[in-house]
Amino acid sequence: MNNRPSNSKIALYAVLIALAMVFSYIEMLVPAFFFVPGMKLGLTNIVILVALYKIGDKEAFVINIIRIILVSILFGNMVSLLYSLAGGMLSTSVMILLKKTGRFSRVTVSIAGGVSHNVGQILVAAILLETSGIWWYMLILWFAGIISGLLIGILGNLVLERLG
Amino acid sequence: MKIPELKKADKIILTAIVLTGCLIGIFCLVTGSEGAYVKVTVNGSFYGNYPLGVDGTFDINGTNRLTIKDGYAYMDEADCPDGLCMKMGKISRNGQSVICLPNKVVAEIVDESRNKVDDGVDIYE
Repeated sequence: MNNRPSNSKIALYAVLIALAMVFSYIEMLVPAFFFVPGMKLGLTNIVILVALYKIGDKEAFVINIIRIILVSILFGNMVSLLYSLAGGMLSTSVMILLKKTGRFSRVTVSIAGGVSHNVGQILVAAILLETSGIWWYMLILWFAGIISGLLIGILGNLVLERLG
Repeated sequence: MKIPELKKADKIILTAIVLTGCLIGIFCLVTGSEGAYVKVTVNGSFYGNYPLGVDGTFDINGTNRLTIKDGYAYMDEADCPDGLCMKMGKISRNGQSVICLPNKVVAEIVDESRNKVDDGVDIYE
């Protein structure tokens, strides 16, 4: 085990996870919901985006996963865990891939992350619920993902600039 | 507030994303049509078919209530903690659905042919 991160790094990741959890909780107080379950502001992704650009790919991925698990344990249930994991893993993977090419701006990466997050959730819904009326939700969540990705990207970018 | 410059690759992929969204929209419009029945499933199992043409209120599994009026269907009562299903609005087109996740209730608009193929259930009850 010679790649164990330093204690200060572990502490940093823990703080980021906690921060992401707080954002998740705050989101629950603000119903950003129109016709469809699962529409959220995605504020936690500010933390994930910053972690992605400031620390690294793997770290951001793991921070997101742990955050999702803890939030689901505290505020959710098995079903919400499944949806969040699907959305979060797909979203972070897409963001990492795009970032690796080095050709896209942070806002674009965030938009792609927002959209793929919702796609991941819809896929799980399609499998679990076996409904075919999924396209309607896909449409709404697709554009909701674009908007929230844009918002989070701009905010995350502001944070990253100030961090230096 | 400084908004970052968009490089060419950004514009390409963003356009692609928006276009895909529009394609999904077109797909929705094309495959949608006025449906004939509301098919309700609870926890994945078939629960009932309710013709859209007949007004009425129907108890779903003791936890939700489905109302059909003027060709639209909507959930107007539910004992779930979030009540999201009741905010989902009125549905009437094929493929549209109102879903109550906590109670695992799915009310979906289907037309006659789908009913027969899917369940083998005789809809002329």
